[in-house]
Amino acid sequence: MTDIFELLKGKPEDSDYEKKGVIVQGITGSYGSIHAKQMIAYGTNVVAGVTPNKGGQKFEGTVPIYNTMQEAVDATNAKISIIFVPAKFFLSAAKDALNSGIKLLVAIPEHVPIRDTMEALDLAKQKGAVIIGPNTPGIMIPELIKIGIMPPMPFKAGKIAVLSKSGTLLYEISDALTNAGFGQSITIGIGGDPVNGTRLIDAFEMVKDIPDLEGLVIVGEIGGDSEEMLAQKIIDLGFNKPSVAYIAGRAAPKEKRMGHAGAIVMGTYGSAESKVSMFNKANIPVAKRPAEVPVLLAGKMEK
Amino acid sequence: MQLLEFQAKELFREYGISLLDSISSTNIEDGRKHAKELGYPFVIKIQVPVGGRGKAGGIQKCQNDDEFDIKYPQVMDLEIKGEKARAILLEKMADIKKELYLSIFLNRSKRCYTIIASAEGGVEIESVKNQIIKEIGLGDVSDEVANEVAKEMGLEGITAQGVADTLKKLSKLTIEKEAELVEINPLAIMQDDTVMALDGKFVTDDNANFRHDELLKYQEKTEIEKQAEKSGFSLVELDGDIAVVGNGAGLVMSSLDMLSDNGGKPACFLDVGGGATTESVYEALTLISKLDRVKGILVNLYGGIVKTTVVAEAFLKAYENNLIDIPVFCRLKGTESEKAKEMLQGSRTNIFDSVEEAINAAVMGVKK
Repeated sequence: MTDIFELLKGKPEDSDYEKKGVIVQGITGSYGSIHAKQMIAYGTNVVAGVTPNKGGQKFEGTVPIYNTMQEAVDATNAKISIIFVPAKFFLSAAKDALNSGIKLLVAIPEHVPIRDTMEALDLAKQKGAVIIGPNTPGIMIPELIKIGIMPPMPFKAGKIAVLSKSGTLLYEISDALTNAGFGQSITIGIGGDPVNGTRLIDAFEMVKDIPDLEGLVIVGEIGGDSEEMLAQKIIDLGFNKPSVAYIAGRAAPKEKRMGHAGAIVMGTYGSAESKVSMFNKANIPVAKRPAEVPVLLAGKMEK
Repeated sequence: MQLLEFQAKELFREYGISLLDSISSTNIEDGRKHAKELGYPFVIKIQVPVGGRGKAGGIQKCQNDDEFDIKYPQVMDLEIKGEKARAILLEKMADIKKELYLSIFLNRSKRCYTIIASAEGGVEIESVKNQIIKEIGLGDVSDEVANEVAKEMGLEGITAQGVADTLKKLSKLTIEKEAELVEINPLAIMQDDTVMALDGKFVTDDNANFRHDELLKYQEKTEIEKQAEKSGFSLVELDGDIAVVGNGAGLVMSSLDMLSDNGGKPACFLDVGGGATTESVYEALTLISKLDRVKGILVNLYGGIVKTTVVAEAFLKAYENNLIDIPVFCRLKGTESEKAKEMLQGSRTNIFDSVEEAINAAVMGVKK
């Protein structure tokens, strides 16, 4: 199993402990450059950018740009990259990263074809690497490292793990948690696609053994059955840290894609009812509104 | 997108999957011509992108001209699960021995393609018994796997060969067209023991559309959906009277849920995408102004990095251009919200701190 904290922070004896290098693929694009700046401002150690034909230049006067991932990795020894290229170029960017030794790949693009995601995942498996996304807001340890596009304000360091399919709901619910005094130890964006590099169940594996974890918040939505799988896993393991879920899309019509490629109910597959009833079985309350999440969590903690 | 039966069958035909003779039409005059070509008896089948057609009376047997004149318009006028007929398919009647089930679908949790087959088809997938399930990676079906599935279904001889052959063709179709689901239900065993696809379902991966110009002709979008797509928005039209706008699919779905919980009826789901800018909000208001049934607009924006004054500017511009004349109930999160409120003082936009307040006001507001 992947030790996500070791990937994100390193070991205390490492010279770059808590300053792990991150490479930004597509750093000169409009989206990539905005978020590279935001990540640097947050304290993320952005060590290099990659944009073909722009090698040798510097981003913001400081971050060296390379033509390929191999050059960037050779120069920096970084193990983490974040991809901002348009969806149709995602697969080649991902291959470039994985073949160059990247172990944690954060895939921001939305609208990546499923086949391309599956091919990237096959390669990641061979290389022992983890993909977060595509169509994810990213991953962060609040107040330490942000690899993604999330705004900084909703998040505060703490002891709750938040796993979310949706980006804006991750911000909304983390904001509510922070305001209620629940900081976050880590937040992981799963992404809204039908096929996720890191599924809810994989993200749960990454966080369930955090020694001082005080609670778990799962932000799901209609489509697929990853919430059901996670609920079953929680039952099987007897995981008993206070946990709360939220499911978006109860009022959505069937057989319609609700914004996210993965947010579609087909027959009964992917319905909100199915997810809510599985969480109930796992003794996990499901909030009706985002603002209710911290209230339910506090209630669980009192018990 | 989900193709209609006759469209799925066009693809099946292209890939050599056996089908009954059939012709589609969109009006009774063409239908009559087709009826002559096809010859009675045949089945009149409504073409809608949802299941449950048979139960709803959307599939009718037809023996002669008199029946045709009654049943064709009847079926054409049906509405099934809110979907109107896109076309009518006339298909020859089949004398069959048995109905099977066969599909290849994207198994999201296992992250691979999966075959589902059963010797007891003809009912909705949830009720299909004795399912044979096989994971097949990126979708390729070898001769060995195809034969194995047919054998496990308890089939023999030319029927087994037919099923294995159909499965391989389905696999080719799934891979080449990048489908999320290809289903034949029922796949019928005919009197001569060959098999034929009596129905067809086909769902494509819309994100792969850029590689499939040949599928574009099947795309069915309203004018307003086309405009939304051009602006990079996701829009789903619904039948209520309060338009729901926000940034991020999850947030908009959540707003839709809360609105419905409070007795409001959403007129649409409109996601302007992760960020919110003056331009994107103005565009969204432009789109909504074209929906006649809308009596109020609920806006839920989690700005994050965005200044709310930027969004307020979009509303002001919309009023200046007389774009909207209905009330707007807006929850804005982000910096400078006090200033944004000041800017919108006295306008038709009411700003609220919480989405709950905005929703309550919207539900009350459209009742007036």
